[in-house]
Amino acid sequence: MKSKLFGTATIAALATIAAGSLPAVAQSPIKIGFVSTFSGPQAAIGEDMRRSVELAKEHLGGKMGGRPFEIVYEDDQFKPDVGKQKSEKLVQQDKVNFIAGYIWSNVLLASLKPVTDEGDTILISANAGPSQIAGELCNKNFFSTSWVNDQTPMAMGEYLQSKGVKSLYLMAGNYAAGKDMLAGVKRTFKGQIVGEDLTKWPDQLDFSAELAKIRAAKPDGIFIFYPGAHGVQFLTQYAQAGLKGQIPLYQVFSIDAITLPLQKDLALGTLGAQEWVNDLPNDANKKYVADFKKKHGVYPSYYGAQSYDAIMLIASAAEALKGDVSDKSKVRAEMKKANFKSVRGDFKYNTNQFPIQNFYIQEAVKDPEGMMTVKTIATAMKDAKDPFYEKCSMK
Amino acid sequence: MIAALRTPRGLLTALILLVLAVLPLLTQAFDQRYLLSVGTRIVIWSIAAVSLNMILGYGGLVSFGHAVFFGIGGYAVGILSAHGVSSGWIQWPVALAVATLWAALIGALSLRTRGLYFIMITLAFAQLVYYVGGGLEAYGGDDGLNISRSRFSGLIDLRDKPSFYWLCFAALCGTLWFCGRFANSRFGYVIRGAKSNDLRMMALGFPVFRYRLAAFTISGAFGGLAGILLANEGAYVSPAMMSWVKSGDLIVIVVLGGMGTLLGPLFGAIAFFALEESLPPLLDLLRKGWGEYWQIVFGPLLVLIALYARGGIDSLLGRRAP
Amino acid sequence: MDYLLLQMLNGVQLGLLMFLLAAGLTLTFGIMDLVNLAHGSLYMMGAYIAWTTIGWTDSFVLGALLALPVIFLLGLVVEAVVARRLYVRNHLDQVLATFGLILFFNELVRVIWGPAGKSIAVPTFLNHTVEILPGVPYPAYRFAIIVVGAVVAVLLAWLVARTRIGMLIRAGASNRRMIGALGVNIELLFSLVFGLGAVFAGLAGLMAAPITSVKIGMGDDILILAFVIIVIGGIGSIKGAFIAAMVVGQIDIVGRAFLPDLLKTFLSASAASSAAPAISQVLVYIVMAGVLVWRPTGLFGQRQ
Repeated sequence: MKSKLFGTATIAALATIAAGSLPAVAQSPIKIGFVSTFSGPQAAIGEDMRRSVELAKEHLGGKMGGRPFEIVYEDDQFKPDVGKQKSEKLVQQDKVNFIAGYIWSNVLLASLKPVTDEGDTILISANAGPSQIAGELCNKNFFSTSWVNDQTPMAMGEYLQSKGVKSLYLMAGNYAAGKDMLAGVKRTFKGQIVGEDLTKWPDQLDFSAELAKIRAAKPDGIFIFYPGAHGVQFLTQYAQAGLKGQIPLYQVFSIDAITLPLQKDLALGTLGAQEWVNDLPNDANKKYVADFKKKHGVYPSYYGAQSYDAIMLIASAAEALKGDVSDKSKVRAEMKKANFKSVRGDFKYNTNQFPIQNFYIQEAVKDPEGMMTVKTIATAMKDAKDPFYEKCSMK
Repeated sequence: MIAALRTPRGLLTALILLVLAVLPLLTQAFDQRYLLSVGTRIVIWSIAAVSLNMILGYGGLVSFGHAVFFGIGGYAVGILSAHGVSSGWIQWPVALAVATLWAALIGALSLRTRGLYFIMITLAFAQLVYYVGGGLEAYGGDDGLNISRSRFSGLIDLRDKPSFYWLCFAALCGTLWFCGRFANSRFGYVIRGAKSNDLRMMALGFPVFRYRLAAFTISGAFGGLAGILLANEGAYVSPAMMSWVKSGDLIVIVVLGGMGTLLGPLFGAIAFFALEESLPPLLDLLRKGWGEYWQIVFGPLLVLIALYARGGIDSLLGRRAP
Repeated sequence: MDYLLLQMLNGVQLGLLMFLLAAGLTLTFGIMDLVNLAHGSLYMMGAYIAWTTIGWTDSFVLGALLALPVIFLLGLVVEAVVARRLYVRNHLDQVLATFGLILFFNELVRVIWGPAGKSIAVPTFLNHTVEILPGVPYPAYRFAIIVVGAVVAVLLAWLVARTRIGMLIRAGASNRRMIGALGVNIELLFSLVFGLGAVFAGLAGLMAAPITSVKIGMGDDILILAFVIIVIGGIGSIKGAFIAAMVVGQIDIVGRAFLPDLLKTFLSASAASSAAPAISQVLVYIVMAGVLVWRPTGLFGQRQ
């Protein structure tokens, strides 16, 4: 036992050192770190992102600006400290040229300074968009291929406003993003808010008390933000309580390609807002969605689409610089042009390096083969800027 | 001292302490900056584990909420820094005072209970602070708070990784020194005696409750110190640093290293982080993609340690469990 | 009035579900002196195994009936391989080992069933609402949970109070060494009790599945709440666990349904709407700490 343990420790130490000191190869590849959640209950999201990153790599033929590139995946375990630790490893040990990924706001915020300031490495968030980073914490090394938390619900609120919905009941998980979402919908929806519940996060099992309150409040609609398994849970209980068909449901980030196979018919007809939908009629998107479906038999989610775009954004800068990504300021200048075919359609970068983009209203439907998916039914906002960019010191 | 070096345990201890003392030089020489990050984390977690060991190892009081002191120390620094008070001369004493007070308060309430009740009541108080932290919207809520590191009027720059490491290492040495004195003092012997039989200690006339409360409070203060360092390490605080999983990790580290021994928690922290860092790449070597499933190996490993390695690593090295 | 009744019913349903989970936990602790963190994993395994068996049989009831013996067997295996060796150990070793089991089971589920989670549909014969009062519909499936939970509670009360096994369980909870001295086959008793606890946990998991969702780590969240319940009730006491579960169920509902309005009577609307969720989230912990400060061994625990 004694010697065994020692043996393990020695091998472990050697492995750690060896992994960091591999000799540089002749034409050294561009290295991209990708931080996401690959273990635990949220691993399905990370898996969807990885599939999209791999697809982007395939579409690029494994090369950017004539140089091969490699992706180093790291698992944040859904914990901010682990995410920070893995980001540091990518910067300090793997010496990556770019880091992308990040599903969660708190993981991103914990990793931001070690990567962008201390590591002087360019970070592309493929999902998380806390408002601080759009405003006072904005950073020249930070780019987003997603959105700021408040924006998607703002689009939903605007649409409901234009449709003449008079009153809403708001529900979200009691955490930072949940609060942002409710604040967002209130920015654009000017009707009456008849009730508002922030529910325990992430361990609430049951929404019966809240659904009973909704029934008593009789709103024109319910607005929810319950990402992942919670969205499945909410939809099930909403239907069981007999509210489906009585009070319409509007959602952000609660119905997507990952949750739809579990929500099935319960989701049918529910409207949501999103900056990307799998049926957007541009060539890049058609290719991405078709190839993704062919390979994995399911639709990609917005997490995947944003990850695909993150890789394509890096590739566009590497192309323009003929593969020489050593000069950070040149790379940033190229990335800022957003000169690539995004699957959401072309967009521009704002001063805080968040996209200026459209937001669409989508409806959960069945495709001709009977598979659950979403389709675009309206454009809620055109070329929308986030509400925080003026607080950013970059002009 | 010299005699102690002749045993494998003594030799290994000396070697580990030596490597830790000069780690920044080594990582610089071999261009392994990341190992310095890992080393810093190990040292900070060791301080917390040593402080937990004072009550858990020596006193037999299983606190399942020790990570709360990470949070209290960290948030005291973070909140002061958010209000523009960046001087460490103010931040650190305030943070230590808050951690000490909170430890005294929850100790006074929790120490009336025993066994599983004690485990759960310490957890309850920790969860309380955890959710309060998540509700502090002015300080980022559960998104956490980016802070600037403490300033010590030009004496030491905490942004400089090697300097910061040495500061942490000095704090660890101080903590170990204190814990050693504690364990072998009359005070320490009362705590240890009460672990095996508190009725007897009470019959002997010792006010066991007060001794335990004092130990719990001191332990909390050192936990707070670890929290201060942790906040400065990442320049970031969030409620996640005091989640119950972190409290569980601390217990695992103490048990893994060897309870009620001075250096056990240090060995435990090294082993814990070494496993966490090396299991995924090791499994990936066996077969690509297996690394993500490292917990399927780590879990049973914990079971085996609990079942067969009583006394932890320190006893494997030849120290008999107390 | 209707509204109050409806909310109370919600609390009862939640409490009974929690009782199913807490019962096994308090039994294993009371009799074997085992702190079993992996109890939540058995809850999760119950839901996943039921997902598979329901898929085979295409019937919720048949699938559930098939799943329960499988979970019983799983409980026996866990007992024989790991738990049995922990009975004589201190709580710390138990926490460490069963924490290891949690990690193992979570990854095992990911390997077998994949990371994406599953959903179990409500059985069609229960997929409607019933009117408990005119104009107040209540989901039939939640009624089913109340019925099953109540039946199990009665069964357990009968088992503990009227049978020989129950006598041994009670004897064990108050003095463990005693039952050994009585010449009972302790090993068999321990295995049976552990298996029984696993069945309750699995039952809770598969009953909860259609209203929550089946996901990795689903047992970890709820485990702490189950511990809170057995600690409030007094460890080893089935009666205590039942009463504590009911109390916790009601507290939870009160915190969610009535607290915001209550706070609005003396706070501004915006202060109330941000304070209410924070308070309701910690309410059970405050109650537990309060109970323990008042009675250090819970409501019905053995006095020292």
